[in-house]
Amino acid sequence: MGAEAQAGGAQVELEGVRRVFPGGMVAVEEVTLTVAAGEFVAILGPSGCGKSTLLRLVAGLDLPQAGRVRVERAQGRVAYVFQDAHLLPWRNVLANVELPLELKGAPRGERRQAAQAALAQVGLGDALQRFPAQLSGGMRMRASLARALVTEPRLLLLDEPFAALDELTRSRLDEELYELWRRRRMTVLFVTHSLVEAAFLAQRVVVLSPRPARVVAEVGVALPEARTASLRTTVAFNQLVRRLAGVVREWGTP
Amino acid sequence: MRKGLPPLAAFLVGNALWEALTHLLQVPLYLLPPPSRIAAALATHAAPLSRGALLTGQAAVSGFVLAATVGVAAGVLIASARWVERAVYPFTVLLQTVPLVAIAPLLVVWFGYGVRPVAVAAFIVSVFPVIVNTVTGLRSVDPPLEDLFRLYGASCWARLVKLRLPWALPAIFAGLKVAAGLAVIGAVVGEFVASYAGEDAGLGMLALTFARESHTDRLFAAVGLASLLGLALFVGVGAAARLALRHWHASEQERP
Repeated sequence: MGAEAQAGGAQVELEGVRRVFPGGMVAVEEVTLTVAAGEFVAILGPSGCGKSTLLRLVAGLDLPQAGRVRVERAQGRVAYVFQDAHLLPWRNVLANVELPLELKGAPRGERRQAAQAALAQVGLGDALQRFPAQLSGGMRMRASLARALVTEPRLLLLDEPFAALDELTRSRLDEELYELWRRRRMTVLFVTHSLVEAAFLAQRVVVLSPRPARVVAEVGVALPEARTASLRTTVAFNQLVRRLAGVVREWGTP
Repeated sequence: MRKGLPPLAAFLVGNALWEALTHLLQVPLYLLPPPSRIAAALATHAAPLSRGALLTGQAAVSGFVLAATVGVAAGVLIASARWVERAVYPFTVLLQTVPLVAIAPLLVVWFGYGVRPVAVAAFIVSVFPVIVNTVTGLRSVDPPLEDLFRLYGASCWARLVKLRLPWALPAIFAGLKVAAGLAVIGAVVGEFVASYAGEDAGLGMLALTFARESHTDRLFAAVGLASLLGLALFVGVGAAARLALRHWHASEQERP
């Protein structure tokens, strides 16, 4: 694995997926969704609607009661970013980012190099030796992102990754994530409850209903390929956000 | 330095009051000797007392090390699967409720007299908090991190060594701190029954002998030494915890 990833990503297919938790609570109901290789899809839904469950099903961390989850051409390179950073507090930043490669049995030199490169990409190149407790929330999230990128994932799953951060940091990280995707073209599933975030990042926005999660609308995003901070002030962008808001309201999501 | 000042001052004032009151109220020596008498007894019986402290310390430390090893291992085993927990946990609780003084004679039957049964007594009373805290620590592992390890195909061993044990470490140390004090208590109680008398008497046996002879000052000296032993062991564990956790766990970080 070199620093430059080969282009392309995994393909994801969900077909009539249903997940019921013990006790009868239906988290996901009849979800059918196809994500093309290299596509950036935002999954938009209210809090607690079952978005996370859906993502866990795609990651193979959970199994559906009915339906099929197929992930093709991932080559085992699936990465997951949680809502909070969830770093190992006893490891410094560098060792945290090395972890995935370490668990996959990569040799020490190789994983160190890959971790340094990933950290440089997220702008943490000079915080390698610091411990998570010594970092700001934004920096912790960057480290968490680097930990996901270090395996050069072909499928990147993000579960409201920047929701706990302040608005400014969140916008900046959104921009950086978009640039990363533009360069690497891995498949991205990005779960969020923020209309603005979904509109800014995705090529396609999938809107889910309140629990149990169902796909209630799909909105294609026809914004320019190059997206920078100034995009958020354009008319086209705001029209899109308004349109998403309309869809969300129509389906009764808060 | 400054942190040591308040307890030292309290110690000195307390002893001064004790000294003054025992003289003022003419308390009989066999009931409550003044600190000066206890210090004198400590000096005149330095040889048997220091030998006793050494023996008790040896037994307590052996029992403690055994309890730490077995306790963590048992905790890992119990936390590994629900059915193991259901099968084994009730009996570890029994370990806690068994009256040590009552089974000490049994330890003599099994291990004879000397350090061994005493170390086993120390082990029996100190292993329980280690097990319970290890289990609690292993249970509290952050679920997303468990997911992460699963996603990257970590082996059982990698999960244990790189995630679960480090995560449980603060809880394990909390258990070890409790166990440190208990180990000395267990050793002293064990010695009541299982220690040699005379030359090779531990602090517990010495305390028992002094009590029978109504040498209350020497008794106090022996008890004081036993407490110091427990304190030393506790401080040792505390230092180890600080060393292991200072970078990352709130319990061992300096507060401004």
